[in-house]
Amino acid sequence: MQVNSEWKPTIVAFCCNWCSYAGADLSGTNRLSYPANVRIIRIPCSCRLNPMFILRAFQRGADGVILCGCHPGDCRYTTGNYYARRRMTLLFSMLDYLGIERARTRVEWVSAAEGAKFAATMNDFVQTVTALGENRRLEDLRCKA
Amino acid sequence: MQRIGVFVCWCGTNIAATVDVQAVSDALAKEPGVVLSANYQYMCSQTGQDLIETAIREHALTGVVICSCSPRMHEQTFRKTVARAGLNPYLLEIANIREQCSWIHKDRAQATEKAIILGRAAIAKVQLNTPLQAGQSPVTKRALVIGGGIAGIQTALDIAEAGFAVDIVEKQPTIGGKMTQLDKTFPTLDCAACILTPKMVDCAQNEKIRIFSYSEVEAVSGFVGSFRVTIRKKARYVREDVCTGCGLCTEKCPQKKVPNAFNLGLDTRRAIYIPFAQAVPKVAVIDADYCSMLKNGKCGVCAKVCAAGAIDYTQKDELVECEYGAIVAATGYNPIDLSGYDEFAYSRSPDVVSSLEFERLMNAAGPTGGTLLRPSDKTHPKTIVFVQCVGSRCSAEGKGKTYCSKICCMYTAKHAMLCREKYPDTDVYVFYIDVRTPGKNFDEFYRRAVEEYGVHYIKGMVGKVSPEGGKLKVQASDLLDGRQLHIDADMVVLAAAIEPDKSARPLATMLTASMDTNDFFTEAHPKLRPVESPTAGVFLSGCCQGPKDIPETVAQASAAASKVIGLLSKDSIVCNPCVAQPDELMCNGCSSCEKVCPYGAITYLDKEFRGPNRTTLLRRVAQVNPAVCQGCGACTVACPSGAMDLKGFSNRQIMAEVDAICR
Amino acid sequence: MQGVKEKAIELLRSKSVDRVVGWKAGEFFYDLTPAVFTSVPEVEQSFVWSVFCAANLSKYLIAESRRGGKVAAFLKPCDTYSFVQLVKEHRILRENVHVVGVQCAGMCDMETIRSHGLSAVTSVAEQDGALRVETLYGARTLDRKDALGEKCRTCKSKKLAVYDELLGEQGCDEDNGRFLEVARIEAMTPEERFAFWRGELSRCIRCNACRNVCPACSCETCVFDNPDSGLRNKAAADAFEENLFHIIRAFHVASRCTDCGECTRVCPQHIPLHLLNRKFIKDINGLYGPYQAGADFDTKPPLMDFTLHDPEPSQAAVRGGGV
Repeated sequence: MQVNSEWKPTIVAFCCNWCSYAGADLSGTNRLSYPANVRIIRIPCSCRLNPMFILRAFQRGADGVILCGCHPGDCRYTTGNYYARRRMTLLFSMLDYLGIERARTRVEWVSAAEGAKFAATMNDFVQTVTALGENRRLEDLRCKA
Repeated sequence: MQRIGVFVCWCGTNIAATVDVQAVSDALAKEPGVVLSANYQYMCSQTGQDLIETAIREHALTGVVICSCSPRMHEQTFRKTVARAGLNPYLLEIANIREQCSWIHKDRAQATEKAIILGRAAIAKVQLNTPLQAGQSPVTKRALVIGGGIAGIQTALDIAEAGFAVDIVEKQPTIGGKMTQLDKTFPTLDCAACILTPKMVDCAQNEKIRIFSYSEVEAVSGFVGSFRVTIRKKARYVREDVCTGCGLCTEKCPQKKVPNAFNLGLDTRRAIYIPFAQAVPKVAVIDADYCSMLKNGKCGVCAKVCAAGAIDYTQKDELVECEYGAIVAATGYNPIDLSGYDEFAYSRSPDVVSSLEFERLMNAAGPTGGTLLRPSDKTHPKTIVFVQCVGSRCSAEGKGKTYCSKICCMYTAKHAMLCREKYPDTDVYVFYIDVRTPGKNFDEFYRRAVEEYGVHYIKGMVGKVSPEGGKLKVQASDLLDGRQLHIDADMVVLAAAIEPDKSARPLATMLTASMDTNDFFTEAHPKLRPVESPTAGVFLSGCCQGPKDIPETVAQASAAASKVIGLLSKDSIVCNPCVAQPDELMCNGCSSCEKVCPYGAITYLDKEFRGPNRTTLLRRVAQVNPAVCQGCGACTVACPSGAMDLKGFSNRQIMAEVDAICR
Repeated sequence: MQGVKEKAIELLRSKSVDRVVGWKAGEFFYDLTPAVFTSVPEVEQSFVWSVFCAANLSKYLIAESRRGGKVAAFLKPCDTYSFVQLVKEHRILRENVHVVGVQCAGMCDMETIRSHGLSAVTSVAEQDGALRVETLYGARTLDRKDALGEKCRTCKSKKLAVYDELLGEQGCDEDNGRFLEVARIEAMTPEERFAFWRGELSRCIRCNACRNVCPACSCETCVFDNPDSGLRNKAAADAFEENLFHIIRAFHVASRCTDCGECTRVCPQHIPLHLLNRKFIKDINGLYGPYQAGADFDTKPPLMDFTLHDPEPSQAAVRGGGV
């Protein structure tokens, strides 16, 4: 696959309101840079993330989707991220089973104090997805020319 | 048709230095539904807010998007601004173009492009926002404390002190709990009764406190602010308002062979009894299992001797219904049943006792009047072996508990020390896995036991205790010396693990409060909300949340009280309007949502629906209590039909954001 | 199994039930279709019990159990799991159903029979434990196991999860290698897996047969029919939609799917849809401990449950990919 050096992947990051969204804010406050193609959607809790949203993002042209939530045990709603963990584990395994590169999906637990981890995670994820190139497999499925 | 206003903030140079704010407002002006797109130096300033207010009025805006700092910073500020202009505060969305854009990107073109995309996503979402009303629910200014041990007593006293009414429900005939059975308390060795009984009396005398002794919670309905609780007052067969507590009946009752539960069966009491001298309320109670009047209608001695005429053999259980704004669980603990630990010969020899039984044997008000005597032959024990961690810190597969019971190291050190102090001719051995003494003056206390009182601490477990010829042959290993020990002991004391009271599990079900696998109540957050249950309005006090010693219990009890006071000081609770809402027409009634709800906010109702051909169908549908739901959204994903949605973060709203971002 | 039709007659005649859910002949003798019988003559005339009674009747009890009166249903071992799962989800009113458990030797599939070089089949009947297949060109005897449909070849259990009365003997769990095909796909390279599934799923015509037959897919309104879900589409607008549909469908039934195999049986395009569901079941068994949906009335489905130390998505996916 030929990767255009100018090409930048589209990354959708779902962040839980209480930990990871605050962690993203902290990385901003500390001026810790990560690529501009990461776009954050705020959700109340990682357990709000419906697999439909991830598939929809891929359908509409996202190249990578990442979910960030509170560390297990620290969920504002006590148990939300435990459910999210099982759901995403099974969903990602299914995507992998269908032959869709599993590096395009990721879950990271980022606390409100982990601004540096948030930036590092995003840098790493963008790098990984950039290396994978355009989301051809899903794009093929979208019947694009 | 939507009329959306977009307001791009410069935040001085914080945003404007890296994001071309004019370009952003120009680009967003072209989005569908946008009728106005402005930018200003400081949107959060008075002038900025006025600008928004005026625009809402002049352009009859139906939705507002503010591109500024994080919503965690100023969402509340701008909601108030929007509300002042007469628009529902939830018709506002904020695009975070400072923390998540201008501050992290250096390239102006890229940052501007991203700001536009974030703005578009917010516009796409606000198109689908609906006006939300934060519900209010009234608060009944009365609290219920379930359990009248030191935890419940402290919580009740603190709540009453703040001026709120509080009821204590205690299943025993007296309040006081486990602490009444203790002899001395560590690390100061002051007498438990001396510090507890004044507090019990305070409870009885405080006009804000009602004590339901010998009572249990039967049913709980409602939610934070307005719980409805049914309390079963068990029949005492003694009129509480008449009995003077003189105790004459307890001396004259002919049934003398009743095991005395207060002394853990180490002695006997009568069928009518007052648990102990300082009981609160000091009212007699008839044990229906032993009273021959109640069993076969023959006797009636107590009624004859009672000058006050308080005896009433016809008394029945009474159900009382009360309303409460908050409920505190303070159900406490019990030592585990040791009958499964026959390697220590607990059920074979009366001289193998639990630590709580040992407390009674040392207590001046106990069965031996405070003289330490072996239960079997009433002689002074010369060699005493203490075994730690009996049933605590066990492997997950075996019998016993996996957790550390926390208090045993300290009370065993106390017992060992008291033995040596009272009876210096006694040899005292303590077998331990680890000695754990974190806590103020705790380690010093333990070291005193070893260094000043000459208690033999041996690292290792006791393998076997066999009663032989009046002695207890103790086989143990000394792990540090690597040798086997054989001790001929006169008494063996087992530091039994503690477990939550058996009443906690059914109570948790009634309260829809969550529990862990050990039946300890779960706290709302293990670090940040340690005295609240995830179920709103339910608070945790003492050992029902986890093993604790007395100082910790009292600290938690007061913390729980302060949370209750905070709640009761409000006239009504403003609910978060971003809560789950089921679409009844699509709901399967399958209970998937209920299974993942951490708050017990979901119930089911059989509801009539119109079916084909003028028929009606009864269908089970989910109902969300908006006062209890916290809006996490777990149910929305568990719901297979998508009937459950979350207001403010609906499926369509999030999809619209996804679409806008990926466009 | 003898006596199924006789039992239906007996139940209706004695008025112990008001209706019976069973099978009747479709257009051909081998495409039996579920049917509700209300009278003895109806049963006598059109009730069929044969080696083609593969259809799972549980789903029909959602409506039938709410129609008033008592309904009897003939459930094979695999069907009982769907039944229990639906009772657990409060969809079937248990008290209105009389479950007649029917032990089963596996149901046959005409495609499988034809694959043995047989054509113009006129009848198939059990004979001394084997199958006698009559065709226009003469008769032949087949071993029953060579004529089974996919769901019966990989039968998970002959043990009925529930019954009020039982025709035949209670059976045991079976191991017919139902996860072998999943493991084979997991062992492929991602490119091969992608090619495999593209080959399979691209045949989907979005007829919705899989959804409509699935006992777990019994929502009042399907998300794919709901305008608010953002997913509504009746036709396959593009190839992504098919993938989306099948992934979402598999996810929606994950931890509730009993692996009854009806989706694959009814797919007119012969897409092995059960391999999606079995992938989830295999993952769930491996990651969270063995779980059989519908085996009991009280356990929580694994996706509505958790433990504090579940594997992280990153660890699990490496494992799940057949590495």
